[in-house]
Amino acid sequence: MINLKVNLAGVELKNPVMTASGTFGSGAEYGEYVDLNRLGAVVTKGVANVPWEGNPTPRIAEVTGGMLNAIGLQNPGIDVFCGRDIPFLRQFDTKIIVNVCGKTESDYLEVVERLAEEPVDLLEINISCPNVKEGGIAFGQNPKAVERITAAVKKKARQPVIMKLSPNVTDITETARAAEAGGADVLSLINTLTGMKIDIHRRRFALANQTGGLSGPAVKPVAVRMVYQTSHAVKIPIIGMGGIATAEDAVEFILAGATAVSVGTANFMRPDATIRVLEGIEEYMRRYQVEEIGHLTGAVR
Amino acid sequence: MKEQITGRILSQTQLADEIYSMWVDAEAIAIEADPGQFVSVYSRDGARILPRPISICEVNENAVRLVYRVAGAGTKEFSNYQRGEAIRLQGPMGNGFPLHGEPAILIGGGIGIPPMLELAKKLPGEKTVVAGYRDNHLFLWEDLKRYADVAIATEDGSVGTKGNVLDAVREQNVTGSVIYACGPTPMLRAVKAYAMEKNLLCYLSLEERMACGIGACLACVCRSKETDSHTGVHNKRICKDGPVFLAQEVEL
Repeated sequence: MINLKVNLAGVELKNPVMTASGTFGSGAEYGEYVDLNRLGAVVTKGVANVPWEGNPTPRIAEVTGGMLNAIGLQNPGIDVFCGRDIPFLRQFDTKIIVNVCGKTESDYLEVVERLAEEPVDLLEINISCPNVKEGGIAFGQNPKAVERITAAVKKKARQPVIMKLSPNVTDITETARAAEAGGADVLSLINTLTGMKIDIHRRRFALANQTGGLSGPAVKPVAVRMVYQTSHAVKIPIIGMGGIATAEDAVEFILAGATAVSVGTANFMRPDATIRVLEGIEEYMRRYQVEEIGHLTGAVR
Repeated sequence: MKEQITGRILSQTQLADEIYSMWVDAEAIAIEADPGQFVSVYSRDGARILPRPISICEVNENAVRLVYRVAGAGTKEFSNYQRGEAIRLQGPMGNGFPLHGEPAILIGGGIGIPPMLELAKKLPGEKTVVAGYRDNHLFLWEDLKRYADVAIATEDGSVGTKGNVLDAVREQNVTGSVIYACGPTPMLRAVKAYAMEKNLLCYLSLEERMACGIGACLACVCRSKETDSHTGVHNKRICKDGPVFLAQEVEL
């Protein structure tokens, strides 16, 4: 018997495989391709206190082994989200992690307070989106701001708080320590890396937003390195993500120090990517006779 | 559960400059497909991670025909696939055209022409296809003629009306009470204006860069006139809510 259960700040997930925010909506569309009951958790697309229109199109561009996106956190706002998306997800035997975004600290707190009475398991605070002009990454690149907003969120939150960190910093362990000092229960890393693509034929930016967040297999080595460094800098658990497309990728993150993993851009490569990753992890554990997934976390030192 | 399928290529032919036609043995898609829907086609090259949305040109009992333009490395790769090779697909995707029985005008510009073939096959009643090409390298013209009257516009005037599809509509006195259109955005904008002016029912098939293809990632949105019931903002998802929209629903 192998045990895939993992514990994030007191919340037990049946397995370590979850979705990465923004790549899976609130699960309704992917639910036609994936049995959501099999996932450790569904992490929703970022939701703000009010609806956001997002950025102009084109919002995405493919690059070698990855993609750039500048969706701009389009979302229907917390009211629609609570009325529709949470009840949808509650039908499934999976944990619900709500990604929270905002332009100002009070935007974040409004959403966090609104979610206090909702049946969600964890909150993931997005202080690392590179595609919005205010909020997002502006909070995530300054350790003092990270600590302050983490502490403010923690004061209001009824669920454990995950802080999602940006890789667009000189030293990710600084922002990781700041989040921990602010009271974060869990860290998610990495968000996307700011990138740019130019259409040489039209002599224009490929994205209307000019820059976008790089994701997909191309970013994986950067993400594995950051998870490894962070796991040595903090004591709280880490959800590792960044280019995970296969079980082998996921195991790398776990060996580097992640307790759980998120599958993001790979959902676009195959809608059932999450399930393939999960089944592959089980196969890996059987092959190497690993009984507890927890024994793999941080096993490479 | 829906899933990706692996189809077998039955034929691959070049129809014009950069325009290819591929028949794929894919029964699961063929039996489900409606005119105006598309399929997501996946590359074999791990460096190209996103599916390419390609409109369904026509279907028979067990196969689907994709007519596509080589626009980059991904579609270039598809054009090199030979008969018998495998191809990874998902579909049919999107909503497709609603079928009305009134006299219909089917307008296709360039690579917007292919979905008009299956539509012409399925649409009851009188119909005229208006096809806009660059020059005399016409494609699908012979197929379209089997199901509808065809009016042609060419940019260089080598065949049919010199000019665009609306020039052909006017010069060749094409009439109807419903318009179905697919093509570049400037063409769709002009078709929409024409339909509004003539007070015609008008459906437009839109295109945008897509990632997931199933409505989750919000990459391929278009501006909607009203607040969309799903997104809660003035955006509709082209891959899921479209690609076909009533002209007055969307802002181009």
